[in-house]
Amino acid sequence: MKITTAMKAVTTAGALALMMSSAASAVTLQMHNGGDPGSLDPHKVSGDWENRVVGDYIEGLVTEDAGANPIPGQAESWEISEDGTVYTFHLRDEAMWTDGTPVTAGDFVFAFQRLFDPATASDYAYLQYPIKNAAAINSGEITDFDQLGVKAIDDKTLEITLEAATPFFLDALTHYTAYPVPKHLVEEYGDAWIEMENIVANGPYKIVEWLPGSYVRSEKNEDYYDAENVQIDEVYYHVLEDQAAALNRYRAGEFDILTDFPSDQYSWMQENIPGETHVEPFLGIYYYVINQEVAPFDDVRVREALSISILRDVIGPDILGTGELPAYGWVPPGTGNYVDNAYAPEWASMSYEDRVARATELMTEAGYGPDNPLDLQLRYNTNDNHQRIAVAIAAMWEPIGVNVELFNSEVAVHYDALRAGDFQVGRAGWLLDYNDPSNTLDLLKTGIEQDGTMNWGNNYGRYSNAEFDALLDQASSEQDLAARGQMLADAEKIAMDEFGAIPIYWYVSKNVVKPYITGFEDNAKDVHRTRWLTKSE
Amino acid sequence: MLSYAFRRVLSAIPIALIAVTVCFFILRLAPGGPFDGERALPPNVLANLRAHYNLDQPLINQYFIYVWRLLHGDLGPSMVVEGFSVSRLIAIGFPFTLTLALTAFVIATAIGVLAGMFAAVNQNKWPDYVLVLLVMVGVIIPNFLMAALLQLWFGVYLGWFPAGGWVTGSWMHLVLPVTVLAWPHAGRISRLMRGSMIEVLGSNYVRTARAKGLGERLVMARHAIKPALIPVVSYLGPGLSYLLTGSLAVEQVFGLPGIGKYFVTAALNRDYGIVLGTTILYMFIILALNLIVDLVYAWLDPKVRYR
Repeated sequence: MKITTAMKAVTTAGALALMMSSAASAVTLQMHNGGDPGSLDPHKVSGDWENRVVGDYIEGLVTEDAGANPIPGQAESWEISEDGTVYTFHLRDEAMWTDGTPVTAGDFVFAFQRLFDPATASDYAYLQYPIKNAAAINSGEITDFDQLGVKAIDDKTLEITLEAATPFFLDALTHYTAYPVPKHLVEEYGDAWIEMENIVANGPYKIVEWLPGSYVRSEKNEDYYDAENVQIDEVYYHVLEDQAAALNRYRAGEFDILTDFPSDQYSWMQENIPGETHVEPFLGIYYYVINQEVAPFDDVRVREALSISILRDVIGPDILGTGELPAYGWVPPGTGNYVDNAYAPEWASMSYEDRVARATELMTEAGYGPDNPLDLQLRYNTNDNHQRIAVAIAAMWEPIGVNVELFNSEVAVHYDALRAGDFQVGRAGWLLDYNDPSNTLDLLKTGIEQDGTMNWGNNYGRYSNAEFDALLDQASSEQDLAARGQMLADAEKIAMDEFGAIPIYWYVSKNVVKPYITGFEDNAKDVHRTRWLTKSE
Repeated sequence: MLSYAFRRVLSAIPIALIAVTVCFFILRLAPGGPFDGERALPPNVLANLRAHYNLDQPLINQYFIYVWRLLHGDLGPSMVVEGFSVSRLIAIGFPFTLTLALTAFVIATAIGVLAGMFAAVNQNKWPDYVLVLLVMVGVIIPNFLMAALLQLWFGVYLGWFPAGGWVTGSWMHLVLPVTVLAWPHAGRISRLMRGSMIEVLGSNYVRTARAKGLGERLVMARHAIKPALIPVVSYLGPGLSYLLTGSLAVEQVFGLPGIGKYFVTAALNRDYGIVLGTTILYMFIILALNLIVDLVYAWLDPKVRYR
């Protein structure tokens, strides 16, 4: 009796010691994540800081590898029909929600129907508009959700029909709008399925704690099909929008990864923590829109003069300090499904003096000069960097006879004014939602007339060219990728030759990664899923 | 005094209604809305969102819907932090902000009163000058800068305290934020205390107390402290509300889960629900604090009577 008690005690102690030692060796990743997630529901989120959390706990049909390329996720394989419009996905047998319910094709059908349901009011539903009838359902034109081009053939087979062949569709499926949601829980709890007591996961991590304003904490999902290769056991996604404070906490060893840093600290960081900063080209463009509905900006000579007199080479290295590359075209380098020879206008290779001379000439032709300067209001949303760039550009425009009045306002007011056409020249930026040139070129497409008014969408400058529009339309149904790429390149050339907007620089992603973190592969999408990372203490 | 307090509470109701109404309409006068972000939403998505939050209805209807909900204790949904009601965001963040502010308040008030007394007793000697210096540093350096400096010194260089973040129940994480908040508050209190103490120490009844042979300690404890506290008490109400609303920079730099940040971010995002909710919350806090301060007067100052 005594012996058994003693043995019990010993085994208990042993088990305890084992548990403690395994707990001690658990690897925790402390990730700086910027903003506070507005939600954890894939149909309700819209920011990259939400994507980092959501993309770790839910996995779509297709997921990202370490370099953010699409690889099989919950679907282990798929077939695409000859005409490129029907995708048949085969789900993994091991695909499982963390409550033990299998992930079925029905979950995906339900998720897509919920995404497009007007009642869900999903911000980013339009990213999946290539799916048949998606746009019509989302706008309420079609109320029968069964007409959506997403069908379950059986529990593990899903068929998605598109409106037309879409070369970037697999890439679009890696986006969180295409993630499944657990049908059984959403039906039971409604939008409250993401509450901590209800939430489940099917990705490499599961969310265990959310303290708004401070952090989200996830733990490794042991039931994930690739769990044996997932190295990090626990992840904190820290909320911290103050970049200088984030850098301090990184230096204090509290963060392993910074997802942004203050540009003015870059040179210090290169010297003091060499090799830890990752400043990489990122699919996005910083640009100025010119309101082409008001004179004299409807005059292409004025637009050309404004564009070519901007010395872009100094903006990245000197004004911002992080070496953003100058932009002369509209499609960021590294964008997929495109031509190899990027758009490069002739004037970009001219000397700056020649460009200023040409710009002055153009302004004179348009009726402006030193005696009759062009008064122009440049609007930007309140931000130190936007201001520095605006001040610099105003100085570059002065010699060609342009008087600039700078006007800044907070984000909501700024974009409200741009959308209303209440501006002359305004600052804007665009980060690509999916890796395809159409995503930026659409920004310059003529608006559509709706209920008697023009809806210009994101084309704030209201650039309009019938040939450009026709090329984009043609490209959207072209299946030969090379031919499609050429059409899009032709379209880019048309818009840029007409100075439909002023590209300024290509965005860079700014990560800082401790040397003991491996598996962090720089990529143009700036997506780094935790499952590929390792941390050696 | 009870009936006085009761009347004060009753009079708060119309004040609250006026404040809510003014705030509601002024907020809507500002250009832009909660869905005006970097990119335009397709019109049908925008229409869905606006319908979801009743923003498609005439403004006056929205106002009555809001007031109706408010009277039922519902502050409505947040438009930017989706899936969270305003009440719940406040329920999560406010206890934290309150902990931070109250800790700073108690520490700063205690230090401020003691330091002020000490300086008054040692008027124009070195302890007085040291105090003035410390007060100036606390008042002059804005709290976002102070936060960043303390974070750098004690979090990064010395490593004595965490540079930020929040772990439930960990007082170590509170040290730096509380210091940043408490410093200027303690500074103001000590100056008030010093000034009024000097005045009281020069007054006739203190001279009388000394003349009848009381020791300096007894003079301070029995006769000087209580009247000297009156200006300090009148500052405590605004002081605490200042601490509660002033936690914004501290919460942002140290990454703490309080509600201070909503004051700025919600207003910039045009998150109508949160702006109104936090405004109402602080309005009630300020009304309550003013009432408490007024009641404390009666205890401190025999000249004050309530009718």
